[in-house]
Amino acid sequence: MAHTSLSSTPSYTRVKRRRPFPWHIAVFLAPAVLIYTVVMIYPILSSLWLSLNNQAGGRAAFVGLANYQKLLGSELYAQPLWNALRNNVVFFLIHMLVQNPVGLLLAVLLSFRLRGSAVYRTLLFTPTVLSVVIIGFAWKLILNPAWGVQRALLTPLGLEHLDQPWLGLPNTALPTLSLISVWQNIGIPMLLFLAALVRIPDELYEAARLDGAGGWTIFRRIQLPLILPTVGIVSVLTFVGNFNAFDLIYSTQGAIAGPNFASDILGTLFYRTFFGYQLQPGDPYMGAAVAGVMLAVILAGLLVYLVAWQRRMTEVQL
Amino acid sequence: MKRLGLPLSLLLLSGLAGAQKTTLTIESWRNDDLKVWRDSIIPAFEKQYPNIHVVFSPTAPTEYNAVVEAKLKAGTAGDLITCRPFDKSLELYQAKRLVSLNNLPGLKNFDAVAKAAWSTDDGKTTFCVPMASVIHGFLYNKALFKELGLSAPTTEAAFLSTLAKIKQGGKYAPLVMGTKDQWESATMGYQNIGPTLWEGEKGRKGLISGTAQYNKGGFLQAFTSLAKWKDYLPQGYQALAYPDAQNLFAQGRGVIYPAGSWDIGTFRQMNPGLELGAFPPYSIAGKKCVIDDHPDIGMGINAASKNQAAARTFLNWVASDAFASLYANALPGFFPLANVKYTVKDPVAQEFLKWRSQCGKSFRSSYQILSRNANPNNENDLWNVSSQVLNGSMTPQAAANMVQKNLASWYAPQKGK
Repeated sequence: MAHTSLSSTPSYTRVKRRRPFPWHIAVFLAPAVLIYTVVMIYPILSSLWLSLNNQAGGRAAFVGLANYQKLLGSELYAQPLWNALRNNVVFFLIHMLVQNPVGLLLAVLLSFRLRGSAVYRTLLFTPTVLSVVIIGFAWKLILNPAWGVQRALLTPLGLEHLDQPWLGLPNTALPTLSLISVWQNIGIPMLLFLAALVRIPDELYEAARLDGAGGWTIFRRIQLPLILPTVGIVSVLTFVGNFNAFDLIYSTQGAIAGPNFASDILGTLFYRTFFGYQLQPGDPYMGAAVAGVMLAVILAGLLVYLVAWQRRMTEVQL
Repeated sequence: MKRLGLPLSLLLLSGLAGAQKTTLTIESWRNDDLKVWRDSIIPAFEKQYPNIHVVFSPTAPTEYNAVVEAKLKAGTAGDLITCRPFDKSLELYQAKRLVSLNNLPGLKNFDAVAKAAWSTDDGKTTFCVPMASVIHGFLYNKALFKELGLSAPTTEAAFLSTLAKIKQGGKYAPLVMGTKDQWESATMGYQNIGPTLWEGEKGRKGLISGTAQYNKGGFLQAFTSLAKWKDYLPQGYQALAYPDAQNLFAQGRGVIYPAGSWDIGTFRQMNPGLELGAFPPYSIAGKKCVIDDHPDIGMGINAASKNQAAARTFLNWVASDAFASLYANALPGFFPLANVKYTVKDPVAQEFLKWRSQCGKSFRSSYQILSRNANPNNENDLWNVSSQVLNGSMTPQAAANMVQKNLASWYAPQKGK
């Protein structure tokens, strides 16, 4: 590697000197860069700027980090923020501990080319393509204590004690919602893992079998190491998706994320703060500060991934 | 070009004819009521005032606030603006978008409670004519009452023993309400039975002036009384949403329903065969009942309107008995606020109206001034703690303490109390 890079350096500089500035690259990139700047970068920066302002005498005025200080320092803002962050972590952990391992298990099972695996794959992926509002509504009906099917299903099995108002109790609301979300989204990790698994050459399996390896050994020694990069990507997708989550909670529990904020996550907290709710007036400045905290949390998570996971991964690959 | 001659002259003619007639446009969020306005209310007005033509032009309820604000800023808003109660309209008045109506003769038909929702904090200036209120109380299933041999309770003890009797029967849910959406716990629970305990306006104004507290007297007792409902709510009520409760009651699976009068129309639609009865908030500890006669819709004049005189004519008519009887019958459950003569045909709506003379009058404690703050917000706090009291996860005292602490944290007259 060192050899090739040394020998290529002179020719590279020569080429660069002769060629004019590559305008075509700039031209081809321009539409994407422009659109991305207008709809992504500008709103993020403008929202961050908003979070550094506040209302003063009917006009917006720059206040520096005062909003963040209020958000993290005063009990009335900090308590809901920590509560939402804690709930968000629980939401994320349940996804990491249930959605991804089960998704991996399903992918491994499907990779064995069982009969009808295409049907299973489609069935398992179906909820993913449905609208979250439909999912929320359907599960609200399923779990409804007045009409839900759970009572009719559980009573014959002698499991009446499981017939609880799952979405209405402070201890169960968040885990229930997390599991609904897992049920809906499990298709994504499953497909990603499956795509990684089918890329593994058959020779590796054959060689392993000749060496007398069983299913578990093949999984642990061949499949898992080779799909580790995908595990990383799935974790990051889950992380970003979970800390940006809002729609499922909003459609099942409303913006006040009851009971007593037991299912309040950063997304619903942001919504209430920014847009207000019922008689509560919206506060765009504090709302933007909550959005700023969400951005910081997600960036921190991504940084951890990039430093601690991806760098190690590339070493393994080499 | 020749072909255009005739239509053009017609257009000019129609323009001339229109010039003698003033056209008033009404901005509203009640798009459900479009038919009522078009077919009965506006024709009645135009018959009396042939020189004024009225157009009812509603927007979707959720978009109304934003649409009206944008239109007012752009100068394209209609002449008459339907007013949300309390702070939303007060903001418009303070921004000089609405005019003061103090010298409108029709306003003398309204009392102070009715006008409060559309008046400045000191009550000196009113900027919208009150149109309708909703009243809280209880609805019950008459057929089930008969089956179980019950009668409408008037005291707390009678109410609780009625509930206990229904519960013993085991067939029906005694008190149909869920706590999942939270707002019913406060609106149909706390604010329904509470005014009796805090003596209506006396308590409500006391909160605003700082002489009354949520963690003392009537406001605290209301939480204690509310907690007694806990055992009689339907199975799994913690996860029952508002439409679930409505459905349970409409299907006859529950007996008593803590209501807002707007529910009358809903139940008439959901199950026309349902025999509805109603009784007012029961008296507690011998105290005379006070109802929540909650202001909901008003109407004001766009300050930029070129037809001020015609708009005032229209509002004077809105304050009259002619409008009151039209409106009350077109929309049972939305009651005119004017002290004028009118009759309501719906028997249950009539029953609700009777309470105005039997009981004292007030409105929801958190709606004027106290919910102005974003965080903590008095109304949302009440939703939360009322639900927790009903769920049994908070004691009445703890609930009252929390609401009081949060209110005192920002509202100057309550500081340190």
